[in-house]
Amino acid sequence: MKELNAILTVASRDVTKLLRDRTRLVFTLVFPFIFVGLMGGTLQSNLGRAAGFNFIGFIFTGVLGMTLFQSAAQGIISLIDDRENDFSQEMFVSPISRYSIVFGKVLGESGVSLFQAVPTFLLAFALRVPITLPVFLALIPASVFACFLGAGFGVAVMSVINSQRAAQQIFPFVLFPQFFLAGIFNPIKVLPWYLVPFSLVSPLRYPVDLFRGLLYAGRPEYSRVVLLDPLTNLAVMGAMFALFLIFGTWFFVRQETNR
Amino acid sequence: MAPVNMPVIEVRDLVKRYRKADRNAVDGVSFEVRQGEFFALLGPNGAGKTTTISILTTTLAPTSGRVLIGGADAILDSAAVRAQVGIIFQKPSIDLNLSGEENVRFHAILYGLYPYRPLYRMMPPEYRRQVSDLAGLLGLGRDIFKPVKKMSGGMTRKLEIIRGLMHRPRVLFLDEPTAGLDAASRRSLWDYLKEVRNASETTIFLTTHYLDEAEVADRICILDKGKVVKLGSPEELKAELLQEYLVIDARDRTRLRRELERRGLQFREAGPFQVLLDGHSAQDVIRSLDTELSVLRIHAPSLEDAYLKIVGGALE
Repeated sequence: MKELNAILTVASRDVTKLLRDRTRLVFTLVFPFIFVGLMGGTLQSNLGRAAGFNFIGFIFTGVLGMTLFQSAAQGIISLIDDRENDFSQEMFVSPISRYSIVFGKVLGESGVSLFQAVPTFLLAFALRVPITLPVFLALIPASVFACFLGAGFGVAVMSVINSQRAAQQIFPFVLFPQFFLAGIFNPIKVLPWYLVPFSLVSPLRYPVDLFRGLLYAGRPEYSRVVLLDPLTNLAVMGAMFALFLIFGTWFFVRQETNR
Repeated sequence: MAPVNMPVIEVRDLVKRYRKADRNAVDGVSFEVRQGEFFALLGPNGAGKTTTISILTTTLAPTSGRVLIGGADAILDSAAVRAQVGIIFQKPSIDLNLSGEENVRFHAILYGLYPYRPLYRMMPPEYRRQVSDLAGLLGLGRDIFKPVKKMSGGMTRKLEIIRGLMHRPRVLFLDEPTAGLDAASRRSLWDYLKEVRNASETTIFLTTHYLDEAEVADRICILDKGKVVKLGSPEELKAELLQEYLVIDARDRTRLRRELERRGLQFREAGPFQVLLDGHSAQDVIRSLDTELSVLRIHAPSLEDAYLKIVGGALE
C-alpha cells in the first residue's frame, strides 16, 4: 500500500507540472493540428486517391502513436533533469523501491501523454476520420499501452545517458528514424530488405500498427495498411515494455549508485 | 530506539574511488556518531565530505568498507537506512514547480506517513494540522500554498529542513546547508536548528567548510584528501592543535639561543625565536631570561589558524 501511494504521488507530480506549464499546454493543442490537419490534409489530397485508402486516418493513427510514445519517452528523460537539479535525490533517499519511483514516473508521464492525445482525437473527429464508437473505445486502452511503451523506452534510453545535454543530443537519433521505420507518415508495407530488421526492432512501429489495426478493422484496405494483427502487436509491446522497464530501471539505479 | 551514547552511525574503513579517478575520494575513513549527538564533518572542498554523506544516505555505493545506520547496513539494507534518516542536500532539492505544501505532502506520502490524496483539502486532518503548525513555525501562514519559486533562499532551506523532519528521522544529515545563503539567512537557519535539537533527540550530522558552524558541534571530524586528520570535541581539538608560543628576539641572538637551551625551553628559529609555552606562563619564561630582548609578543592562534594549517595544502 505504501508503494502504491508513492507511485501515485510520483505520478501526480508530473500531471500537476503539465497543468501549470502554459507553454506546453499551448504546444499540445497546436502540435496535432500541424501534423494531422496540415500534413494529413496535404497527403490525402495528393496521394489518397493513388493509395486507395483514407490518408487522414493513416496520418491520424501515426501521429497519435508518435505523440503518445514520444511525449511519454521525453517525459521520463526529465528524471535526468531532476537528477541534475537534485530533486531526484529527494525521491531516491526515500524508503521506497526504485521500481516504484520509475513506475510512478511511467504512470505520470503516460497520464501527461494521454492528455496530449485529446486534441489529436478532437481534430480527427473534426476531419471526419471514420472513428466509430467501438473503435474509439478500443483506441483508449490501446493509447494507454502506447504511452507505457514510450515511457518504458524512455527508461531504457535514460539508463544509458548521463546528462540532460547528452539526452537532448542523443534522443533525436533514437527517435526520428523510428518515425520513418514505424511508418508514421509513410506506408511501410513494402520496405527494402536492409531496412526490415531496423523496422522490426523499432518499438514505435507496434503501437502505430495496433491503432491502424483497430481503425481499419473490417475495411477493405485493412490488408494494405495493417502489418500485424492487434494481438500480436500487443504481445510485442508487452514484452518490450517489460524488458525496457526491468533492465532500464536496473541500469539507471546502478548508474546512480555506482558512480 | 538505541540508548543514548550507543552509536547510531558506525563507519568502518570506508573507501570510495569514482570511476576513472586516479585517487580515492574517501580513503579509509572510520568514525562513530552517538544517538543525539551533533557531529560535524569539516573539510575543504574536495575533502570527501559529500561523498561520505552520499554513501551514508545510500545514494552512492562505496568501493569498500562498512556503514551501519541505526544498526542497518547501508549497502545490504538500504531501505531500512533510508527510513531512519532525513537529508538536506547541498543543492536545494525542492521542486520549484510545486507549492511549499505540495513539496511537504510529496515527502510525507513517499515516507508512508499518509495515504495519497490529490488535493490538500482531501488529506487527513492530522496532516493539515501539521502543515499549519509548520507554516506557523516558518512564519509563512497561507504562503506555504504559494509556489516555492516565490520563496527566498533561506525560507526554502527551512522548508527543506521541516520536510526532512516530517518522518521524525533518527539522524538528520545536513550537507553544507548554508551554501549560497546570506548572513541573515544563515543565522536564522542555525537558530532554527538549535530549536530542533532542543525539541527532539535527533542526531545531527553536518558537513561544512565553515569552521564557525562546526564549532558548535559536540564533536568535529576534520577530513582532508579523503582521510580523517583529526577527530574530537572542539575543546579537545583546540587543546591539541593550538600551541601558544612566545615570539622573542634579541640583538645578541647567540646569547639568547644559549640561554634558551640552558633553561630547557622548546623553541624554533623562524626569524625571531618562537618559544613554545607548553604549560609555562609567558611571564615565567620572560623572567628566566637575562638577555636584553628587542622583540616580545605572545602568539595565540585561533582554531581557524589550526584548521587552515591542517588543510592548508588543500585550500591553495
